[in-house]
Amino acid sequence: MSKLRVHNIEAESGSNVVLGAAGDVVTLASDSIQTNLYKDSGGNTIFQSDGAGTLSNVNSGLSGAGPKLILSQTASSSTSISFTSGIDSTYDHYIFYCLNMHPSSDGVVFEWQVSTNGGSSYGVTMTSSAYRAYHYESDSGAGIAYVPADDLSNETDYQHAIEQVGNDSDQSCSGILQLFSPSSTVSVKTWLSHFNTCHKDNVTLDEYTSGYVNSTSAINAINFRMASGNVDAGTIKMYGVA
Amino acid sequence: MATIFTDNIGPRKPTQDITLGTTGETIVFPGNDLRVNTFKDKGGNTLWTSNGSGTLSSVNSGLKGNLALVSTQNPSGVASVGFTIDSTYDLYIFKLIDINPSADDTRITVNFSADGGSSFMTKTSTYFRVVHDVNNTSTGIAYDTGDDLAQSTANQKLCHGIGSAADECGAGDLYLFAPTSTTYVKHWFSTMNVYYPAAGGYSIECFTAGYSNTTSAINHVKYEIATGNFDGTIKMYGLS
Repeated sequence: MSKLRVHNIEAESGSNVVLGAAGDVVTLASDSIQTNLYKDSGGNTIFQSDGAGTLSNVNSGLSGAGPKLILSQTASSSTSISFTSGIDSTYDHYIFYCLNMHPSSDGVVFEWQVSTNGGSSYGVTMTSSAYRAYHYESDSGAGIAYVPADDLSNETDYQHAIEQVGNDSDQSCSGILQLFSPSSTVSVKTWLSHFNTCHKDNVTLDEYTSGYVNSTSAINAINFRMASGNVDAGTIKMYGVA
Repeated sequence: MATIFTDNIGPRKPTQDITLGTTGETIVFPGNDLRVNTFKDKGGNTLWTSNGSGTLSSVNSGLKGNLALVSTQNPSGVASVGFTIDSTYDLYIFKLIDINPSADDTRITVNFSADGGSSFMTKTSTYFRVVHDVNNTSTGIAYDTGDDLAQSTANQKLCHGIGSAADECGAGDLYLFAPTSTTYVKHWFSTMNVYYPAAGGYSIECFTAGYSNTTSAINHVKYEIATGNFDGTIKMYGLS
């Protein structure tokens, strides 16, 4: 077996250095290989590092089909939180995780609407249903019921995610909104929502809403807000699911 | 183009690095594969390491996606299992799979602790369920006041009683939001379906939700069967 001892190998001409030939296995007996850009033999980028360990252009096959974080936004005395980019045909399933949304006003509705014009306006027609379970901390009442005040019938109002969110320092609401095929120009857009909150009167509310955006125009923005006052704090994370 | 035929390229001096190409050049491997255990970027940051048997570690987060399997437990003949959680993730998702109790008609429960399981938090919750039996004689949706909690540290029932026969079980999930917040109470909700062993069998879908009414950080989640022991799988995921 011949062995070449060298410190540096560079291209004689052009910009390619070729190691091995078809059918060969190139084994690096060293501890590691270091480069920023990894491609397949067809020149397709597998992923790219900035040299500091932060990756970009990661091939979708590497990170699986689970939710991919597109954008996270944190409220700070905000009138609303809008996602005006990133909702497109890349994914046919979007999930919004809302964490500890805390209102400036006591006993307010946390609600949302969508846009077909990039957020210039929010008010697309929706039809929906709503029901919720409740239970007082004092154990003075509990039950489950449909909530007519939280549904929509081909209306352009904001959709209630959950009602009566308390604003004591430890009170907030958290939950999940799933939006399906928002970029479809063929069908209406269905969605599912599930939230839990501390009601202003110290009651746990568990609210389910679902419905459809009654439009064949593509949705490309969404706005979350409290029905009155600000969103004092809270984080909303938008994920796409391949 | 010059070609060198050799079987081995080694460093000119022991322990010295070998550099292939220069900035702007592309290294091409026309062969079938490239074999090495550790891949790094130019800055020397590890992208992943294989142990040589195909098991990877130190995988860069950019390659892993946002939903990470943190822990899997396969309880077998035990009364409870515990999971340790921290501030790495602000949303934890538990998948309860094929929970099979040793005692018939027994519920799986959950509880949350701020001190590693020594004591458990005060909770207020709701519980409702949808039922349908195999004989199509009973259907309905109802709230169950006996299964919710009002400022109680007791275990939260996640479902109706699960059958103990070999082919009977319950399964579902539980979402826990921002468990390590020290500002807010901790919201969670769960959905499970069980084989309820009565009158030939019922499908019961159980919905529980509520909050741990404390601003202390949760660091331990316990799943416990109400009576006897249980088998099954519980997976804990973190979403970053």
